[in-house]
Amino acid sequence: MTPEEKFRDDLSGRFPELADKIVLQRARRIWVDVPAGRFREVFDFCVESLGVTILLILTGLDEAESGTFGVLYHMARPDGVVVNLRVHLPKDKPVLRSVTDRFPSAEAYERELVDLLGIVVTGLPEGPRYPLPDGWPEGQYPLRKDWKPADAAPAPEEGKSHA
Amino acid sequence: MPDFGNVQIPVGPQHPALKEPESFLITLRGEKITAASVRMGYNHRGVEKGAEGRTYTQDIYLVERICGICSHSHGTAFIQAVEEIAGLDVPRRAKYIRMLVGELERVHSHLLWLGVAGHEIGFDTLLMYSWRDREVVMDLLAAVSGNRVHYSMNTVGGVRRDVDSALAETILKGVDRLEEQTKYYIQVCSEETTVIKRLSGVGVVTHEDALRLLVVGPTARASGVARDIRKDDPYLAYDELDFKIVTSDHCDVYGRTLVRLGELMESYSMIRQIVKNMPDGPITVKAPRKIPAGEALSRYEAPRGEDVHYVKANGTEKPERVKVRAPTLANLQAVSHMLRDNNLADMPIVIAAIDPCFSCTDRAVEIDRADSGPRDRMDWGRLRAHGIDFYRSRGVDFTELNRSLTRRMKKL
Repeated sequence: MTPEEKFRDDLSGRFPELADKIVLQRARRIWVDVPAGRFREVFDFCVESLGVTILLILTGLDEAESGTFGVLYHMARPDGVVVNLRVHLPKDKPVLRSVTDRFPSAEAYERELVDLLGIVVTGLPEGPRYPLPDGWPEGQYPLRKDWKPADAAPAPEEGKSHA
Repeated sequence: MPDFGNVQIPVGPQHPALKEPESFLITLRGEKITAASVRMGYNHRGVEKGAEGRTYTQDIYLVERICGICSHSHGTAFIQAVEEIAGLDVPRRAKYIRMLVGELERVHSHLLWLGVAGHEIGFDTLLMYSWRDREVVMDLLAAVSGNRVHYSMNTVGGVRRDVDSALAETILKGVDRLEEQTKYYIQVCSEETTVIKRLSGVGVVTHEDALRLLVVGPTARASGVARDIRKDDPYLAYDELDFKIVTSDHCDVYGRTLVRLGELMESYSMIRQIVKNMPDGPITVKAPRKIPAGEALSRYEAPRGEDVHYVKANGTEKPERVKVRAPTLANLQAVSHMLRDNNLADMPIVIAAIDPCFSCTDRAVEIDRADSGPRDRMDWGRLRAHGIDFYRSRGVDFTELNRSLTRRMKKL
């Protein structure tokens, strides 16, 4: 049995409803679709029991066709196996719980979701925004598919010329 | 002496040590840093959004420009994901050439870092020496790719230029010289008391904290975390090379110095293996313009640590989503931790020791003149003379002005 197959069996043993949601793409690449309601349980189980101790990055996706946001938690084990956990959030109420309690480095990655897609992340520590500038207009989320750079073109301030 | 309590000072965003904007808010008690917070994002250029609006070929050049030093790292990490989605079988020779440029880039990056580290601790002789030697590897990169930075070697399905036997000889000669010099730097850094004392115990990240904060690259390996994507999650043909992961238990800036120096020696050995075992065959396979729907995650051990690229394709010639995590983003968040309990004066070297990525747009030494045949190379003297002639022919002539200035200088 390959390490990827063992991971699949261990995970679906604990969460039988995930059995058909686990895709072994190739050696060292596993993708799992996780229902948003059970995400934290699955996430914690992967970290604590399956050795997935490295958080690589979060990717936020604007899934325009299904009207959802996708969030991918790209994680890895020290042996090189990458586990990508995916959740979908409804666009009208995109709320996510922070994982900074477990991975302090997630802070910047979660702030990117907040700034660039407008996803609400609860439990983030106090701190400056990232990566957009402080004066960025409200409600402008650059990585949403319907957003165009012209939407955020700042009106020139009075008395100041940028020419 | 009165107690002034805690004093907060902002450092940056135009930072004195880092040639890149980053803002630190430092809380001091006397000379000691008690807390530090980082405000990032000053260099956010919207590359990910930009990538969605461009074709895959255009994106190769866009992602290369994420960084001026590890441009090949970003380019290769991106292209690997695209090729995986497209199911392309990249020729082995192309993989070897990608590794060759990747290791030359690492040598370039580590030598550059060594100079910066020397500069930050007032050891400018080390800066002058290591940047002089860095020219050797820059010349090699220029000979291989045509460019000193932004090598643009990659294309979907392979590489754009081949390496012939004459070039291979040049590379081996250059590596021999660099290895001699690096041995000397290792001697300097392991015997020179001032270097050891200045760097030891500064910017400490314990082994446990390195695991908790998920630092990457030489920063992690200097805290005894033996992680290297080239070994852990092999890409290209790294599983065919013989090399070891260089680690150190110093957990401080000194350890990070030793790790990078050790990695230079490993890279020289790898470059020799790559040149010696370079397989014959084509350097590229034909790639489709439209990439079928799919997604892939690609990891690459850049000089500063793990580079992560995620690409989602939707069946068109443009990607649906490109996500990039450069190693500095993983390491920068640990800097606040490293700064705590250090002296304010240690701040530049602590920040520099994670080797934060600042764009290195270097001067050009080779010009291909369109009007005088291919590969007519100008040295600096000829380039300068060409500049003077160029303006003179357009009526801009400073000869008289220069003469009158010289006369005035002589009278004084």
